[in-house]
Amino acid sequence: MTSKAREIIIKNLFALLAFISVLLLGLIVLFLFREGLPIFKQISMAQFLFGSAWYPTYDPPEYGIWSLIVGSVIVTVLSCLIAVPFGLLSAIYISEIAPAGIKEILKSVIELLAGLPSVVLGFFGMVILAPWMQETFDLPTGLNIVNASLMLAVMAIPTISSISEDALYAVSRDFKEASYALGATKYETIVKVVIPAALSGISTAVILGMSRAIGETMVVLMVAGGSAAIPRGIFDSVRPMPASIAAEMGEAAFGSGHYHALFATGIVLFIITLAFNLIADHISNRFKEEGSGTL
Amino acid sequence: MKQYLKQLVPVVLLLMVAAGEAFAESIVIKGSTTVLPIAQVTLEAYMKANPGANISLSGGGSGEGIKALIDNSTDIANSSREIKPKEEDLAKSKGVNPLEIPVAIDAIVPIVNPKNPVKNLSIDQLNQIYQGKIANWKEVGGENLEIVIISRDSSSGTFEAWGEMVMKGAKVSPRAQLQASNGAIVQAVSKNKYALGYIGLGYLDKTVRGLTVNGVEASAKTALSKEYPVSRFLYMYTNGEPKGETAKFIKFVLSPEGQKLVAKEGFVPLSKK
Repeated sequence: MTSKAREIIIKNLFALLAFISVLLLGLIVLFLFREGLPIFKQISMAQFLFGSAWYPTYDPPEYGIWSLIVGSVIVTVLSCLIAVPFGLLSAIYISEIAPAGIKEILKSVIELLAGLPSVVLGFFGMVILAPWMQETFDLPTGLNIVNASLMLAVMAIPTISSISEDALYAVSRDFKEASYALGATKYETIVKVVIPAALSGISTAVILGMSRAIGETMVVLMVAGGSAAIPRGIFDSVRPMPASIAAEMGEAAFGSGHYHALFATGIVLFIITLAFNLIADHISNRFKEEGSGTL
Repeated sequence: MKQYLKQLVPVVLLLMVAAGEAFAESIVIKGSTTVLPIAQVTLEAYMKANPGANISLSGGGSGEGIKALIDNSTDIANSSREIKPKEEDLAKSKGVNPLEIPVAIDAIVPIVNPKNPVKNLSIDQLNQIYQGKIANWKEVGGENLEIVIISRDSSSGTFEAWGEMVMKGAKVSPRAQLQASNGAIVQAVSKNKYALGYIGLGYLDKTVRGLTVNGVEASAKTALSKEYPVSRFLYMYTNGEPKGETAKFIKFVLSPEGQKLVAKEGFVPLSKK
């Protein structure tokens, strides 16, 4: 076989594999919409999105997911507020400051954290963190927004940290040397040169961390408490969308309104994640021009 | 090649007939989702012991099951309630003679943390608490603490039974926490002195305390005598005396072995004591 023929075969093989993944994604989306859209024959989209009563098994049923959306958003935002500083600062430390030995240890520990199954984290939150939190702060329940956000933050930190670290590491050496040559301190170099240059990568990291948190199911099913009501404070229980889908899909009768409503909830989740990715894309494009060709 | 195919045809036909004969005795079971887990575990054990048996099982609810029995489209109708007089009349008019066979008892116990001083709640109090109208333990004789109500996910049979016997059709407060299993409710209540939950009697253990309801303690005995108010019989209905494979299967469900599986699913077995 000539090398040219091999080139062509390999090229086509790769193209085929790439198209298969696109096709799979397309089919999944198609299925999601096919199973979810019929709910809008029963109620309007506004009623579905902004209705506050979720009583899918009563007669007549009510399919308002507003409290579930609020639950998902609040848990995700709070977990990001916790995970972004931790993830970003640990990435800066690992990439810019830590000596080689500590760097290796920290990196592998964070990778280990990424490998923790979510059910283990959920169990930890349920059995250890919830009772502790409840007693220490004298709360009515330990299964609440803060608990879920903490557990989700633990899941998002490795994602944010390792992707940010890659972005920081990729900042050209020339930039740093130029900065030092101008008399900047290490702190000034990190804050004014390295982070701005790596901003697109860092944004991607944060958004991927958020996607991970909003789509995570097991943790929120176990520790968020599951009240389908708008929370009155951050120590109230909520039921994020994935928890509702996971808890109820098993026994929702096939083809029923409840079944379609759960798939429609899946569509909402899908659209939110898609929006996250589009935002990440937009940010990385915007900052690319200010940065350098290496990013 | 064609020759071979032609020879194959009668062989295949023969095989199909043989297979058809082996599966001739098939049973169809339909109805209550509460009885579904009982039917599921017993039929799994039954099919293991009788590999030839062919049983198909589906849910749909008690009403659907009884409707199917009346239409003759099922052999066994699972039901979590007694047949209504109207349904019985309709059945009789179509020449179907529903026979009621109790297979287990569903008893649901409200549970609290052992540290909670409340020992008894009436059905009415439970109803008000779960609607969110009573929100503090002191209103029912306990400490001045908020009541954290824990409920099952809306598709579970226990939720449905609770809804029927305690809520009587009223909606559970949206503030109620949701747990996906009986075990998870026990876990949550055992760690939380604010909490009130409910579970199938079979899941009651030392880490939580079962409340008496209307002054009656939940036990297999009080459930059997119908003294305990949050309990109900679960039934399988057949058209007249069951025959053949159906009779064998129901006999298995009622056997000590079958009833042991019933207990394992968290229901109260129909003990002969």
